[in-house]
Amino acid sequence: MAVTVLIPTALRVFTGRQAEVIVEGCNVGEALKAFTDVHPDVRQHLYDEKGDLRSFINVYVGETNIRNAGGQATPLENGETLTLVPAIAGGAARIRGNSL
Amino acid sequence: MIHLTAAVENLIRAEGEKAYPNECCGFLFGSANDDGRRNVTRARPVKNASEDAERYHRFRIEPDAFLRATREAYAEGLDIAGFYHSHPDHPAVPSEYDREQALPCYSYIIVAVDNGVAGDLTSWELSLDRGKFNRELTEI
Repeated sequence: MAVTVLIPTALRVFTGRQAEVIVEGCNVGEALKAFTDVHPDVRQHLYDEKGDLRSFINVYVGETNIRNAGGQATPLENGETLTLVPAIAGGAARIRGNSL
Repeated sequence: MIHLTAAVENLIRAEGEKAYPNECCGFLFGSANDDGRRNVTRARPVKNASEDAERYHRFRIEPDAFLRATREAYAEGLDIAGFYHSHPDHPAVPSEYDREQALPCYSYIIVAVDNGVAGDLTSWELSLDRGKFNRELTEI
């Protein structure tokens, strides 16, 4: 199955500035492995030391977050789009009643 | 360097005041030149998905909202250039929590809102090794 992986800006520095790549895979895990085989520098940003997807990376197949589907075993249809979505958060150091 | 339109700057300030005493957050739509300069042409507010009791000093953007915003930006021929959020009653400098949560290659705009009035507005970019935030020169 040929699928398109859409890459967020934060990871393009590891993909030669490419915003999308086409890879082969029958499920999400296979497609991401093919993606990181082509762009090995991105691997450490997608996976932790145990080989699990990092908590701040979400993977969507079409409109579905794979955390709500079959995880990396989520099957892929030919021509589908796989989007890598980072979690975004932050905030001031201030604790209520304390300006430090 | 980051270039903002006056409309973008005004919207971020207004959103910060509207959300006070909580933090606001949103996306920066724009484009990046080869020299790394970012041009932000639209600020797009998004719901702060942090828990109610935490919103006074935290913001979080749901991944579903990020996906929708990415598609919106692409449809406009733009990209996600970064994010903005407010620091109610706190300086416009990134906290350690901001740094831990941030990603490189994006601009992070912070607007300080003191007693409900927007003040300093600064922009920051995380180093590639994630070690520190570097302040960006901001041009309106």
